[in-house]
Amino acid sequence: MTIKEAQDEIIADFELFGDWMEKYEYIIQLGRELPLIEEQYKTEDNLIKGCQSRVWLHADYRDGQLLFTADSDAAITKGLVSMIIRVLSGHTPVEIAGAEIYFIDAIGLRSHLSSTRSNGLLSMLKQIKVYALAYQAKSLQP
Amino acid sequence: MPDTMTEIMTIGEDHRLDVEKIRMDFPILETTVHGYPLVYLDNAATTQKPLAVLNAMDEYYRTINSNVHRGVHHLSQLATEACESARGLVAEFINARYAHEVIFTRGTTESINLVAACFGKRFLKEGDSILVSGLEHHSNIVPWQMICEEKKARLQVIPIDEHGQLELDGLDRMLADGVKLVAFNYVSNALGSINPVKEIIAAAHRHGIPVLLDAAQAVQHMEVDVRDLDVDFLAFSSHKLYGPTGIGILYGKEEWLNKLPPYQGGGEMIKTVTFEKTTYNDLPFKFEAGTPDMAGMIGLGAAIRYVQGLGLRNIQEAEQELMVYALDTLREIGGFRLFGPLDVRHRAGVISFLVGDIHPFDLGEILDQQGIAVRTGHHCAQPIMDRYCIPGTVRASMAVYNTPAEMDRLATGIRKAVTLLS
Repeated sequence: MTIKEAQDEIIADFELFGDWMEKYEYIIQLGRELPLIEEQYKTEDNLIKGCQSRVWLHADYRDGQLLFTADSDAAITKGLVSMIIRVLSGHTPVEIAGAEIYFIDAIGLRSHLSSTRSNGLLSMLKQIKVYALAYQAKSLQP
Repeated sequence: MPDTMTEIMTIGEDHRLDVEKIRMDFPILETTVHGYPLVYLDNAATTQKPLAVLNAMDEYYRTINSNVHRGVHHLSQLATEACESARGLVAEFINARYAHEVIFTRGTTESINLVAACFGKRFLKEGDSILVSGLEHHSNIVPWQMICEEKKARLQVIPIDEHGQLELDGLDRMLADGVKLVAFNYVSNALGSINPVKEIIAAAHRHGIPVLLDAAQAVQHMEVDVRDLDVDFLAFSSHKLYGPTGIGILYGKEEWLNKLPPYQGGGEMIKTVTFEKTTYNDLPFKFEAGTPDMAGMIGLGAAIRYVQGLGLRNIQEAEQELMVYALDTLREIGGFRLFGPLDVRHRAGVISFLVGDIHPFDLGEILDQQGIAVRTGHHCAQPIMDRYCIPGTVRASMAVYNTPAEMDRLATGIRKAVTLLS
């Protein structure tokens, strides 16, 4: 599944919900299914600090693909982190670096990406892009 | 506000406020959020503005807008009179001896920065110290840290106990340790604790040390009298007192303000300027460089008239009653953890809490979905959160227009969040 297809699938899932309660129940449930970061990687280095919620992110590079595990101390953030990982994990650095993430806005959680929330989510997306660019540069080296 | 308005707003002889009537003065309270009528409980961040303030500012721009203190023309005279009358209202509001002890700034933060920079420049030397409390907002920590770093001085901190109250046992010893100024808040923005202000000021004065009081969370909830407190500097913001944003007050005793060097240079703050030497203007203009926020001054004046019309004692009584009701209601929620003083007489405006181990950010978002506006996080008072080893709290903060029904909505909203998040 491409990054775009994965995002469209999430958007379609969210169209089924009748009210905000169902939507949030689903997001919180997704958080529980997040590929959890191993305790050994839950370090200060892997912590993305935000004013409101914290996110830990670990990247693995295997067979040309970037694989992410993560965690957050807030349940709703964790659900969103889970979706971001579902969309981006297992793709090449080139694909990830060039990806446009539009599903968060489309499912009505844009506020999580605004600087007023100053939470870890926006910083996490930036960090994922940084990893992708770093591995992209590495793979281009002779 | 004319006396007739005051009469309309109070019922009978016990001067109880008619909250439903008050709510009609605040157009924004009719807003719906996510399909629910707004419950605005983020008043410690900023209060909403009554029509009296909105109209005064609109009227200013429509009828008398022009630059103050310098124009010979008619409108400039009117604008100057309006702005200076606002200064007079502020002076009366806090019972300052002179109107020129009232300096207009951009807000509490700028007021504190002004004193930190000017006092520090003149009086702080290597090895001296500034004493703050463990309950401070970042804006009453960082300006002092900056000047201490510059002057190689130290920042000392009055510790707090588990109920968010200052531990004053060691105060005299701390004051004797090279302290040049004490800066602390009247009411904590994060916990709502009311500090024993008079006691601390008296103790500092026994050591000949001046005191700056951050009254940003006090002036909207209780009467503040600078002469009764005998405080040397006092800072507050207009926008937490039903007035416009971008304007605030620094009160300083005349003798102290005269001892401080100017803060910023520019127009208005000077008497004569040559390239060799500039002489500075008298108080209050010495500290008001540049064109001031005229509409803001007039808006603040209108806000003070509005608050005085309601009566601060009436406001305090009504808010205390609401605080008791809110705490009784919220305490019935399983896992409700209140931070700050348990005795309502020692708290004002703020209910800072957590529920079980639910993250405050999650709780805040689920409340927002139900049209309830609260603040979550560390409330710009990170050292307090570190003290309790928590990431932050949810803060519901009240104003004169909040109702028991809104506290019920808050409790229902929290219960819904608990169902979703547990």
